[in-house]
Amino acid sequence: MNLLGKTVLEIKSLIEKKKISYNELWEFFLKRIKKYNPRLNVFLTIVDKKTNKIPIAVKDNFCTKDIRTTAASLVLDNFIPPYESTVTKRLIDNGFSVIGKTNMDAWAHGSSTETSDYRPTKNPWDLERSPGGSSGGSAAAVISYLAPAAIGSETAGSIRGPASWCGVIGLKPTYGRVSRYGLIAMGSSLDCPGPLTLSVKDAAYILELIAGKDFFDATSSLKEKEKYSDFLNKKKSYILGIADDYFEGVDKETEKKVNEAIEIFKKMGHRIKKIKLLSPKYAISVYTILQRVEVSSNLARYDGIKYGNSRQNFKEEAKKRMMLGAYTISFGCFDAYYKKAQQVRTLIIQDFNEKFKEVDMILSPTMPITALKLGEFKKYPFFGEKMDVLAEPAAVAGLPAISFPVGLDKNNLPIGLQLVGRYFEEKEILNLSYQFEKETEFFGVIKKGIERYSD
Amino acid sequence: MDKKDYLPIIGLEIHIELKTKSKMFCQCQADFFGKEPNSQVCPVCLGLPGALPVPNKKAVEWTILLAKALNCQINHFSKFDRKHYFYPDLPKGYQISQYDQPIANNGFIKIYYEKGLEKKFRIRRVHLEEDTGKLIHQGEETLIDFNRSGLPLVEIVTEPDFNKSEDVKRFLEELQVIIRYLDVSYADMEKGSMRLEPNISIKKLKTQNLKLKTNEIDNLPSYKVEVKNINSFRFVKQAIDYEVERQIKILEKGEMPKQETRGYDSKKGITYSQRSKEEADDYRYFPEPDIPPMVFSSQEIERTKLPELPYQRYQRYLKNFSLRQQEAFLLTRDKKIADFFEEVNNKFQTQSQKLSLKIDNSSQAIANLIVNKKISLNLDVNQFVNKAITLLLPKKTDKELLKKVINKILTENKKAVSDYQNGKKNALMFLVGQVMRELKGKVEVKEVIEELNIRVRS
Repeated sequence: MNLLGKTVLEIKSLIEKKKISYNELWEFFLKRIKKYNPRLNVFLTIVDKKTNKIPIAVKDNFCTKDIRTTAASLVLDNFIPPYESTVTKRLIDNGFSVIGKTNMDAWAHGSSTETSDYRPTKNPWDLERSPGGSSGGSAAAVISYLAPAAIGSETAGSIRGPASWCGVIGLKPTYGRVSRYGLIAMGSSLDCPGPLTLSVKDAAYILELIAGKDFFDATSSLKEKEKYSDFLNKKKSYILGIADDYFEGVDKETEKKVNEAIEIFKKMGHRIKKIKLLSPKYAISVYTILQRVEVSSNLARYDGIKYGNSRQNFKEEAKKRMMLGAYTISFGCFDAYYKKAQQVRTLIIQDFNEKFKEVDMILSPTMPITALKLGEFKKYPFFGEKMDVLAEPAAVAGLPAISFPVGLDKNNLPIGLQLVGRYFEEKEILNLSYQFEKETEFFGVIKKGIERYSD
Repeated sequence: MDKKDYLPIIGLEIHIELKTKSKMFCQCQADFFGKEPNSQVCPVCLGLPGALPVPNKKAVEWTILLAKALNCQINHFSKFDRKHYFYPDLPKGYQISQYDQPIANNGFIKIYYEKGLEKKFRIRRVHLEEDTGKLIHQGEETLIDFNRSGLPLVEIVTEPDFNKSEDVKRFLEELQVIIRYLDVSYADMEKGSMRLEPNISIKKLKTQNLKLKTNEIDNLPSYKVEVKNINSFRFVKQAIDYEVERQIKILEKGEMPKQETRGYDSKKGITYSQRSKEEADDYRYFPEPDIPPMVFSSQEIERTKLPELPYQRYQRYLKNFSLRQQEAFLLTRDKKIADFFEEVNNKFQTQSQKLSLKIDNSSQAIANLIVNKKISLNLDVNQFVNKAITLLLPKKTDKELLKKVINKILTENKKAVSDYQNGKKNALMFLVGQVMRELKGKVEVKEVIEELNIRVRS
């Protein structure tokens, strides 16, 4: 049986019907990993141990018990966690097993997977290009089909960005919907774990498993999680908000494909409404300050004493962030930077809440351009932040959002569209995405991507 | 200049380790005393990558209770903050503490002195934080034990209201008694569950006149010295007096004491410089993003009910039991002893009513028995009451019986009688003993001696 491109739910059904065995399943993926990983550099650690569970790829910033976890930094080169993150624990308890830990920007600092201390991951669509980041390894693992699905984490754009550049589905849940326990902290007030998948159904299914209150994370929500997959394909027409500021500086081809998608949404019976949102540039400033502050604090524990490797192993990006973060909360600076950023954050939240009275979701391109060549990022300071400009407002506000493919550009690189929903309304954005998937099959983007790695 | 020209200005920072079952932010057992090093740790209190703190509800409730007992105002909105500094016993590189919005502010403790005098010492703030690990220095090596890491610690900061080490000691004693009444901490200085760090500076008074103008007191010296490692009640006075003396000597030379942290060496009875604090520390506080802020409604704060506190109990003892001040004070210093007193007293009253015994001011008599340790406090209440009855009841001696027994003893011990008559004084006591034994102690010794004396001499 050719398993190529089978979704998690399809695999589950094949197993249940005894069409394939777990052994065959693992043989299949381990063989592919052996073949393609050296080319793509997707995995930092491969778990070559077959289980009677469905393999899943997990970003290397989730602590996995007895499996090396590095956050792609040499500081943690030989760190083997004695405990399991809540996300991986819930996956393991529900029939999944980690097949490998995926590459990422070191400490998730970046949008290209190039700051990894273990060399960048290559974009499976073009090996000269970046897969996006920081969950670049997870997105690449899915589109090259080295795993049927992957877990990533997002602080601002780190799931949606690589999903867009690799042509897969990336879901960033509401902040607090999925526990952060065991996720190596980057920006604690922003970090969200989420799935990267080949189908919307898979995204809904995985979210169902990992979401919900966790008594090990005080910021996880008490709100009951929902049966997201039951809600898919609900006949519902939505009002979709579009803001001009979210199309500013967006590449023409990207804009064109997103506009074509908007036409399809209209045809499907959804209404489009122009809205005015706070310019996303404010989110960049807020995000940069808050994230740097939290980074400077969260990395303080890697003092060169406890994990066996010296602090010399921190590279430029981490050091810059720590310095900037430490500065912004040092004596006399707190009010001018941190406090102000929190105030603007509140304004951004209020702005979204206002607009969500008029519209059900906000639609925009996920990334302003398609995948960049490796090395481009280094040329510009804060380039990552600029790349993530469209993803940052939702991240700063803690709103749920999804990215899915809407076509390829002339270089055969995927273009992503994102939907941002109201707090805890993952089911709505998943429902609309599913409707769109049924209507368009994402223009065959996912299929084309996987076929590049057939055999 | 005379010493009278100098006024010590002392403020206190006191840390109280709460005796909750689990640690402040994780499920680890909190009672670490005597446990094998690093046996009570988890990803959270070791600060492992990805671990997150979840606050202990009991610790928050107890902090509110304690703050209420210290007459503080409980804040409706409070949050945790991260306090950053580098030290090997601090696993995360920051301590979860509270900065600008502590659980409580603006309280006080009143100290009652002899002759109705009382002094009030103000409390600036009460906040909750986590304890650090413990460094153990062994020759060239330093080991770290994280069993203590993450224990709930309440920090109490006073205003610089103290001028005398004696007051500091009294304040601490009162605080300790209050805390033990609340049963939220062992508050044991020797074991480190109560720690004192006084901030000491000396104010030079411009006038010889001891009647100070208020603004002169409000105007604080430009430096302060923090003293650490005072790990016993015994050393509180000593350490402060030494430091005050030291600073005055410097001032007398026309110099200014340095702003610094000094340690107290209890063996030598001196303080020594540990760390210069010329520049203010920058802890880069910011709100702890892993813990949502705490909001307490007025009802919630109201719901925290204080038990009877030592001073109230003292007053009640004066009023209800007509105790003398000294015994009332001593009894109420320890809640367990005060409880025991009340139980014994209750039982004693009913018992003596049943037996229609009459004892003047029996509560005071029982208080005396307890305070003077006339009867072991290890006895249970019933045993104690029985003993108290035999001790306190005036004994009615059966004169006939006494005479009969003395007759018997004198005939049986002729040798002792003649010994006594020949001047061996000890022999009388032997006879007394024999009589007492025969009567199983049911007579007053005094009467036995009197009676024997008459009989032997004759």
